[in-house]
Amino acid sequence: MSLDYTNDTASAEALIRDVLDQYPEKAAKKRARHLSVAKPAEEEGATSCGVKSNIKSIPGVMTIRGCAYAGSKGVVWGPVKDMVHISHGPVGCGQYSWSQRRNYFNGTVGIDSFVTMQVTSDFQERDIVFGGDKNLDVMIDELDEMFPLNKGISIQSECPIGLIGDDIEAVAKKKHKETGKTIVPVRCEGFRGVSQSLGHHIANDAIRDWVFEKGTPEFETGPYDVNLIADYNIGGDAWPSRKLLEEMGLRVIGMWSGDATLAEMARAPKARLNLIHCYRSMNYICRHMEEKYGIGWVEYNFFGPTQIAASLRKIAAQFDETIQANAEKVIARYQPLVDAVTARYKPRLTDKTVMLYVGGLRPRHVTNAYEDLGMKIVGTGYEFGHNDDYQRTGHYVKEGTLIYDDVTGYELEAFIEKIRPDLVGSGIKEKYATQKMGVPFRQMHSWDYSGPYHGYDGFAIFARDMDMAINSPVWSKFKAPWKAA
Amino acid sequence: MPQSAEKTKDHVSLFQEPEYVGMFAAKKAAFECRPSDEAVAAQAEYTKTWEYREKNFARTKAVINPAKACQPLGAVFAAAGFEGTMPYVHGSQGCVAYFRSHLARHFKEAVPCVSDSMTEDAAVFGGLNNLVEGLQNTYTLYKPKMIAVSTTCMAEVIGDDLSAFIATSKEKESVPADFPVSFAHTPSFVGSHTTGYDNMVKGVLSYFWDREKGELKPGASNGKINIIPGFDGYAVANNRELKRYMDEMGVDYTLLGDVSDVYDTPSDGTYRMYDGGTPLEAVRDAINARATIGLQQYCSDKTLEYVAAKGQPTASFHYPMGVGATDALLMKISELSGKPIPDSIEKERGRLIDAMADSQAWLHGKKVAVFGDPDFVYAMAAFLLEMGCEPTHCLATNGGKDWAEQMEALFATSPFGAGCKAWPAKDLWHLRSLLFTEPTDLLIGSSYGKYLEKDTGIPLIRLTFPIFDRHHHHRFPTMGYQGALRVLVEILDRVFESTDAASDISFDLTR
Repeated sequence: MSLDYTNDTASAEALIRDVLDQYPEKAAKKRARHLSVAKPAEEEGATSCGVKSNIKSIPGVMTIRGCAYAGSKGVVWGPVKDMVHISHGPVGCGQYSWSQRRNYFNGTVGIDSFVTMQVTSDFQERDIVFGGDKNLDVMIDELDEMFPLNKGISIQSECPIGLIGDDIEAVAKKKHKETGKTIVPVRCEGFRGVSQSLGHHIANDAIRDWVFEKGTPEFETGPYDVNLIADYNIGGDAWPSRKLLEEMGLRVIGMWSGDATLAEMARAPKARLNLIHCYRSMNYICRHMEEKYGIGWVEYNFFGPTQIAASLRKIAAQFDETIQANAEKVIARYQPLVDAVTARYKPRLTDKTVMLYVGGLRPRHVTNAYEDLGMKIVGTGYEFGHNDDYQRTGHYVKEGTLIYDDVTGYELEAFIEKIRPDLVGSGIKEKYATQKMGVPFRQMHSWDYSGPYHGYDGFAIFARDMDMAINSPVWSKFKAPWKAA
Repeated sequence: MPQSAEKTKDHVSLFQEPEYVGMFAAKKAAFECRPSDEAVAAQAEYTKTWEYREKNFARTKAVINPAKACQPLGAVFAAAGFEGTMPYVHGSQGCVAYFRSHLARHFKEAVPCVSDSMTEDAAVFGGLNNLVEGLQNTYTLYKPKMIAVSTTCMAEVIGDDLSAFIATSKEKESVPADFPVSFAHTPSFVGSHTTGYDNMVKGVLSYFWDREKGELKPGASNGKINIIPGFDGYAVANNRELKRYMDEMGVDYTLLGDVSDVYDTPSDGTYRMYDGGTPLEAVRDAINARATIGLQQYCSDKTLEYVAAKGQPTASFHYPMGVGATDALLMKISELSGKPIPDSIEKERGRLIDAMADSQAWLHGKKVAVFGDPDFVYAMAAFLLEMGCEPTHCLATNGGKDWAEQMEALFATSPFGAGCKAWPAKDLWHLRSLLFTEPTDLLIGSSYGKYLEKDTGIPLIRLTFPIFDRHHHHRFPTMGYQGALRVLVEILDRVFESTDAASDISFDLTR
């Protein structure tokens, strides 16, 4: 059962007016469309979070968003472990994203796995002038020599590639012919689109165009074959998820893309069903597999016991009675753990308020996990959500919740300062400013170097971490005693 | 069931539980299509050979695990060192998300910086509109005293002209005509973050010294010495140490860029977006200084050239860490200021030498590999030579031929330098081959070295930017005699830990 509560609509609306007042007129007009308060909707059990989304950030305001390259290399492709991913262009993009998403995997780095490496063509001025295709050609040979056990290479375009007119597709085709390996060109230049989001889409399309139907490993299908889609195994998230699915009798034939191998990507169209966790980043390929191969897809949510149980039942409903009975067994098996975790932490966390500002699925997906611990969500928003994300959010958040799309640093700090929630869940760029205000914080992209948070095993860690953040003794030390009134 | 509420296992131990280990094995066997374990083991062994090293060094295009970043990162860092300054990056917005994250992960601090979010339309029509609107928004919302504009490679490839764009923005009243907007073109396909630092400091100076019509009195010395610290992950502590020395000597100085406050703000309930930094008034006045020195040559080449053209004497150093390097800096400052080096500092020096003498037997002949920015590597190698260590492999991805020559000249000054080699423009995958074929006792560098430590078993000492996986090292200085003492202790600790771990018999209580 999710908690029943509402937030104060009038004060949230006043807050929005206050921050908008600080902008120049044109910017205020633009930003106004991205800020809102959840209102009662016609549909029962949902609210309406109507904001504009997925449009350009206004210049000069400290958007928290990233770029298409971050969406493709950083999110979708980077975790595919037995491929070498070239950050094609100048050195920076690959450097800053090197090993930063904690996409866990099993393998030997530099030998058969390449996730925690930074491979770049390190563009120099001459590459901008003369183009980078020839060097890319040579580079792919060199990488094959350095890493002969790689299963393929992806070319992740940085801004200059599309601007100087390079033909990386031609290079990819040529090198595929020469080496026989999968070579994937990805047009994820950072200036494309308005955020990471287009990068996800482009990366999905690249899977469709350069991986599917290009040689699938020998494989005998079964009735319970599923793909676990759009779990990037941050802090190992996908593993407790996989465990639950296997425990209910399903066979996970592909994990995308945390701890994935190229074979798992290529084999995916043979599955019976796609299970998608991060809708935002991989709905495209699920829709494609549905249209082309007739594979259905189910969105699920493995954050917190309420959503896990609902999701296990939703997934099981796609299969026979055996699986459905297994799902109930799995839920029952973990109930004592859930009871122990809530008994331990709920008394310490009840009625604590939370503000979230994260990426793909988490601004809505984690809300019930907090509520399972008695906590209340007072504000949430997406870095790069689309309209369909905000529609889905209505099923999660309560009336009066502050909604902010592509929030600016200024707005977020003002909201936090005024609302003074008991916890903020956002990213590294937001962490330290928030903590200095004396407000507890957890990074909700990287799990603040903890995790996994998915599945029942993850819920115990999630609860522990939130308690740790909120109930740390450090927050009481902020004022020097001689200053305390 | 491996998990429990009482003893919650997170990723560190959870995945070692049999349920997970079994699941991993089953996944691998049934679905992953991996190379055989034998093939993996054979390849892992092969990468340790001289033959592989030769192939590795024959690479001409593929760069694997470089130890350098791109220009605008250095520009953002440099801009943050000035009073009330908002770093502003003209170009794609993803870059700014990366710079902010990168610096925040190292300093454990908020890193304010804005982007003007150029997208496809700006790629076609240029980014003028973004700059006009962006400057106005930044100025209105964040109320800075200066906006310091750098560029991403996108803006550079399409050829946006900052000087003209900023002038147009002022005409359109985005910001008042007399509001300081300094700028630097910082293409990421030229040089590295150290180049970007240099360009931005020069951009700030030239705004106040050339563009602004202020009251400048070139030729009439204000008696101060300008100091350009350079890009330094330890700037927070090193700048403070430097200021302590200057105060101790009674030297009047201006740090041209000082992030020691803004990247080290207190937790007391108030978030300070701006804190400290070089007062803009001091930057204006810095043209009248007695002299300008750069603590890191490769972070201030162009700026010093510019300053010299204004008629000031200049000097540069390679990161004043270690005995001789600190001596040289202090003597230069003494020479320029006419102030003697006081006894108190000489005593500090003596204490450092005392500590080195106490410990010399544990360091004599130790082979060490070093990587990082050119000036850091130079200083580290020089200090290692002073301690009787052999800086065997010295690697700077952003080092060039000039740097390599300086390094070779340094090696030639000491018998401990025989057999040492500088590796300019090489990456950490090259270093991996060097460490396997010609192993060292220690490795000194940044957090990126942890992969090398894991593969080769050579202990890593983190002494340079970025340090992501250890906390607060940067809050203690590495420069000066006190800094050298701290560096000495870190090196000794690793030597003692290795010795303790090496033999049960030699597990001595006293060393």
